Amino acid sequence: MKKRQMYMRMVTASLLRRRSRMVIALLAIAIGATILSGLVTIYVDVPRQLSQQFRSYGANMIITSSGEGFTQEDVDKAVSLIPKDQLVGVTPYRYDTVRINDRPVMAAAMSMEEAQKTSPFWSVEGRWPSAEKEIMVGESVAETYNLKEGKRVTCTYAPEADKTDKKKESKQEEEDIVPDNFIDFTVTGILSTGGKEEDYVYMGLKDMENLTGSPTVFDICELSVSAESKQLSSYADSITGKSDMMSARLVKRVTESETKVFSKLQSLVLLVTIIVLALTMISVATTMTAVVAERRMEIGLRKALGASNQSIVAEFMGEGLVLGAVGGAVGAVFGFLFAQAVSVNVFNSSITFMPWLLPLTIIASVIVTGIACLLPIRSATDIDPALVLKGE
Amino acid sequence: MSLLELKNVSKIYGNLHALDHINLKVEKGEWLAIMGPSGSGKSTTMNIIGALDKASEGEVLLDGVDIAKKSARELTNIRRDKIGLIFQQFHLVSYLTAVENVMLAQYYHSVPDEKEAMEALERVGLADRAKHYPSQLSGGEQQRVCVARALINYPEIILADEPTGNLDEANEEIVVELFRKLHEEGTTLVVVTHNPEVAEVAQRTVVLRNGKIDHESINENFTGRIKHITLQ
Repeated sequence: MKKRQMYMRMVTASLLRRRSRMVIALLAIAIGATILSGLVTIYVDVPRQLSQQFRSYGANMIITSSGEGFTQEDVDKAVSLIPKDQLVGVTPYRYDTVRINDRPVMAAAMSMEEAQKTSPFWSVEGRWPSAEKEIMVGESVAETYNLKEGKRVTCTYAPEADKTDKKKESKQEEEDIVPDNFIDFTVTGILSTGGKEEDYVYMGLKDMENLTGSPTVFDICELSVSAESKQLSSYADSITGKSDMMSARLVKRVTESETKVFSKLQSLVLLVTIIVLALTMISVATTMTAVVAERRMEIGLRKALGASNQSIVAEFMGEGLVLGAVGGAVGAVFGFLFAQAVSVNVFNSSITFMPWLLPLTIIASVIVTGIACLLPIRSATDIDPALVLKGE
Repeated sequence: MSLLELKNVSKIYGNLHALDHINLKVEKGEWLAIMGPSGSGKSTTMNIIGALDKASEGEVLLDGVDIAKKSARELTNIRRDKIGLIFQQFHLVSYLTAVENVMLAQYYHSVPDEKEAMEALERVGLADRAKHYPSQLSGGEQQRVCVARALINYPEIILADEPTGNLDEANEEIVVELFRKLHEEGTTLVVVTHNPEVAEVAQRTVVLRNGKIDHESINENFTGRIKHITLQ
């Protein structure tokens, strides 16, 4: 039999045949590794989860036109710079002034489906428009014109609306005025956001084209991207850099909130991880101290038989490291389950298993256990065989 | 040259002289018994001969080498290579089987050899109990495992500290018989005991009192291998 085989036999025999004490040490390591593995999983996966959650606060990037607006083709080109899996929603808007009861109101035209993705926080009493000649009005507009869900409202569009308010200067001019376009809309919903969005009316792009008689040219485009602020900035820079007509910028109140929450969460996880590691170390060190104390006689015997201090260290460290590895493996599995439970309960979505976390947890557990074993093992080498074998 | 020689050896703890200028020689192949009342210095002598403790004064020559001047690491090597120890409380590792306990001494000495360890157990009549744990063995059997462990590395000298102190009469006889067999094979034995029956089967008996050699005697009826031992 080789020495290494005998070494393994002694280490495993000590662990397996002295279960009660070792189970306590193993439990301490496994609990520590579970929390460590769980927190690292949360640390890595939660920014992704939170990023998706933050999308409910609306767009975090806005593309504006540096010239006379942009087309759907321009939007598609710009959006192609962002990976599809990170793109939650893209809503280009066209704005124009329409008139209701001869008073000007700002109208926004967009794809209703996309708008629901980029502005999920919008609260609509009724429903979003889903067909032509359907309109959604902001709460403020609804109050002004006494509009309710199901009511009809006529929107007119004067091609040269700025002139219609001025006093007509001549009869000839009066004759030259192009008649106003108008569409009778049905109000499908009243929008409340608590913000300036309540001052607008919202219609489909086709209705706006019919009303204005001109093809769609967008003024701005809202994007909801599931990415961290640094990544977002780089996307914005690439969009701005690639196009002369478009300029992308971040919605600071959203991205800054995200960054703050992430950094606070990361600090919290780091702090808890350090505390857990310290507690695990204390727990393992205490257990190993007890193990050394109760095996003083055995250590004395081994020394009497000719065991060097290095042999004693190797044997006890071997036991500690095996415990660390087993505890780490158990902890990695339970840590995933722990993180999964947190994710499902808090974020309503499951997390993906990260295979690299298994060796990482085992290595971390082995290192922590190794450090925790140092002092108790040091005390083991100080044992005087002559004293302990006499029973002192 | 004697295998073991103590020259003016003293062990002092504070004001207490546990050993006071002891002079003692043990020849190769000799069977020596050390007797004395409690506190006479038997265990201290045993620890110093067994390289478990250092003398405060004097020389302890084992195979011509003064081990009194050696470092702790060197003493460990001496214990491993030259000495076989047997204790009153057996001191077997509880979670290792009988054969594994024997192999433990091989492990620290050179290379564990299960076959050789089994042969050692066979010599003490325990081959059929090799896979039993200490808790499954009787006191006598445990002590026989200790004997097998002590002799597995062919030490220069076997030191036994009260080897029958925890045994009943039947097991005491078995262990003494084992010693007799080992001595026949040429093993040097030093047995510390307060049991006159165990001492009287040895070749020579040294009696300690108050840290000094009180007297010594030769067993005239000794029938073992080396018969010509003289009083020192």
